[in-house]
Amino acid sequence: MPVNEYKPLIVAFCCNWCSYAGADLAGNNRLNYPADVKIIRVPCSCRVNPMFILRAFQRGADGVIICGCHPGDCHYTSGNYYTRRRMALLFSMLDYLGIERERTRVEWVSAAEGAKFAATMNDFAKTVAALGENKRLEDLRCKK
Amino acid sequence: MRKCSLSEMNKVFARIASAQKLYLPVDGEAGAEYKLWEEGTEWSNALNTVKSPKDFFFPQLENLMEFKVTGKSIEVIDTRKASEDFVVFGVRACDVKSFEVLDRVFLVDPVDSYYATRREHGTIVSLACTRPTETCFCRTFGIDATEPQGDVVTWKTETQLFFEAKTQKGQAFMSLIEDLTEECDGSEVEAQKEKTGKILARLPLANLSADAFGADKTDKFFNAPEWKTLSEACLGCGTCTFVCPTCQCYDIKDFSTGSGVVRFRCWDSCMYSDFTKMAHGNPRLTQLERFRQRFMHKLVYYPTNNDGMFSCVGCGRCLSSCPISMNIVKVMKTLGDKADD
Amino acid sequence: MQKITRDALVNKALALLDNGTVDRVLGWKKGELAYDVTPAVFTDGKSIGEGFVWNDFCGANFSKYLIAETKKTGSKVLVFLKPCDTYSFNQLLTEHRFDREKVYAVGIPCEGMTDVHKLRAAVGEGICNVEADGDMLAVSTVYTDEPVNVPAAEVMLERCLVCKSKKHVAYDELLGEEGEVAESARFDQVAELEALTPDERFAFWQNELSRCIRCNACRDVCPACTCEKCVFNNPSSGVENKAAANSFEEKMFHIIRAFHVAGRCTDCGECSRVCPQRIPLHLLNRKFISDIDNFYGEYQAGAEVGSRAPLVNYDQDDLEPSEVFGGRE
Repeated sequence: MPVNEYKPLIVAFCCNWCSYAGADLAGNNRLNYPADVKIIRVPCSCRVNPMFILRAFQRGADGVIICGCHPGDCHYTSGNYYTRRRMALLFSMLDYLGIERERTRVEWVSAAEGAKFAATMNDFAKTVAALGENKRLEDLRCKK
Repeated sequence: MRKCSLSEMNKVFARIASAQKLYLPVDGEAGAEYKLWEEGTEWSNALNTVKSPKDFFFPQLENLMEFKVTGKSIEVIDTRKASEDFVVFGVRACDVKSFEVLDRVFLVDPVDSYYATRREHGTIVSLACTRPTETCFCRTFGIDATEPQGDVVTWKTETQLFFEAKTQKGQAFMSLIEDLTEECDGSEVEAQKEKTGKILARLPLANLSADAFGADKTDKFFNAPEWKTLSEACLGCGTCTFVCPTCQCYDIKDFSTGSGVVRFRCWDSCMYSDFTKMAHGNPRLTQLERFRQRFMHKLVYYPTNNDGMFSCVGCGRCLSSCPISMNIVKVMKTLGDKADD
Repeated sequence: MQKITRDALVNKALALLDNGTVDRVLGWKKGELAYDVTPAVFTDGKSIGEGFVWNDFCGANFSKYLIAETKKTGSKVLVFLKPCDTYSFNQLLTEHRFDREKVYAVGIPCEGMTDVHKLRAAVGEGICNVEADGDMLAVSTVYTDEPVNVPAAEVMLERCLVCKSKKHVAYDELLGEEGEVAESARFDQVAELEALTPDERFAFWQNELSRCIRCNACRDVCPACTCEKCVFNNPSSGVENKAAANSFEEKMFHIIRAFHVAGRCTDCGECSRVCPQRIPLHLLNRKFISDIDNFYGEYQAGAEVGSRAPLVNYDQDDLEPSEVFGGRE
């Protein structure tokens, strides 16, 4: 494997109740997913302020994924419904500004879906790797 | 005095640009703005640029230094690059005067070396006004729009551009384009000046007076009840301060990059709620106080510290840009009239 | 030219001051030039007689001023609201930003307001007087002996050219005739941008937003931006900045600002009107409005008081983010 192979940096916001547990399960089951996925645990997917996503890109992320409980299963009843609306609008806006739409994603992963978590991360990492480095939402000061 | 046909200006620009960076007003979506000249760039006919040329010497944002932390040691990195000579072309009389205002802030002890370096490397080619507009009031501050200062002064007629070098830098500039210009007596310039002078006298703000203001008038105006009505509609945005050629307040901030710190300074605005905020809080809690600060600074505080010189040059940018059309002219008229009572 | 006269407004103001309904009047005040109208609070008939103006330059939306105005002691404040202003008025009421009881709102018809920048571009330097005459503006300058005639529609504010409604959605009293909600072409430009390739869109916004000088005029004039302390002014927020350091910070400010007013923005157009750098900020807001309409059903912020904004609402069958672009391959 070439030493300089480009590996995307991915930030995954995972809700405490479903997706973070799903990631745990993926680990317990020894399922592989790229080490460049950095998980940030949040109490609920709706804790993710759009600013978090932009800041992740600013600080060097090449892709940002938000994982939460399946709609209807939110620990707080309705948090992920709000996430769904917010992210649909935000992603659409990023696309409108010409930022690659494949760099952002929302996926619902339950605590029982370790396999889905790993598969999602593998797929997302592959998609982002194909896009290459995040140039359109980068802050050069953070790339030194 | 030397002259050059306007149709030949492209050659002049190309010659200058071959020696150093040349910036000049170019038409853009928002109006004219200073841009780097490249082949094909067209010099704007606009009276003035939306933003002032103060950016060339005092940019809106500049990195001062960087810090790198390794273990317990901090390395301070000077990020300044060697400055290159540059020319700012087509600067109006008001804006040239604004450099003098800034000089009195940045070039007094302790000298701001970042500003001083750029001042040393910059050549200012000014351009006399021929079509002043309704927002112009440079006359109020003793500026003659037909006779600007600068390293080189230029006058434009229908077909010609006339040059006169005023400083050593200006002579160096003229020697660059000597073969592209020819000697002349300047009678056309005099005719042009006279014509423009008549228009200047007919402008709506031609008779605006700043006599009521000046050094040591703080007590007279500070507690005037008029500040309340004047500032009432102020949104507290920074438009007036950011388009102003003489506003010179800045803030110094640190940005953490994750692996180090970038220390930068950027323009600040006295209209902002966190302006000059200190550990104990903010000295100006209301928009009235912040609004008053801006105009008192221009009309009273600055003259007090600078031999009576005002820090407004009457360029009229704030008149065009203020979202609510409140501006220094209205302040001067309201408070100045009061002084006559 | 405005159909309702200045006299009608002045007489209404004087009558309401006289009978004690209100003790102050929010109105537009004459400036030093032909067009520099400033929002002002009038408290007596004399100052109204001298300073009150109503003309094609009264674009300023007074709704946001009511937040501060209703906190003052005294009886009611009279506010004149153009149709588009009434939407902001309702939206602020929905968000409990001012006390309705302390306001007397008079709806006034509007035929569209003039964009001073467009007027200057059309006429040139030295404007000393502007007279409205039917559909034309007669503009006198120091450079011409005769006034220059400019069709009012050619120098109108963008938001007025695509006016969404001439209907007042809130008032205590209406002067003149009530209008209708209009068929507006306001989303056409959004659709044009959407039709471009991502590279073209990126280039477009890069160019537009690079002009931003972070004066915050768009935010400070916005009737939906009413946070006591904006996240961009708050040193402890971690994103506070006074000047955009690079294109990322330019984008961040405008994306976050547009997002924060998404679902609450009434498309009053003040942001674009006041931008000193002529950045078409309304195109960001309208993108959100158009997406909301497409994804969650048509919604006009401020059309009624108390409606639930789309971003604080949901439906179990809402569109998935992955379906925004017609599904993932």
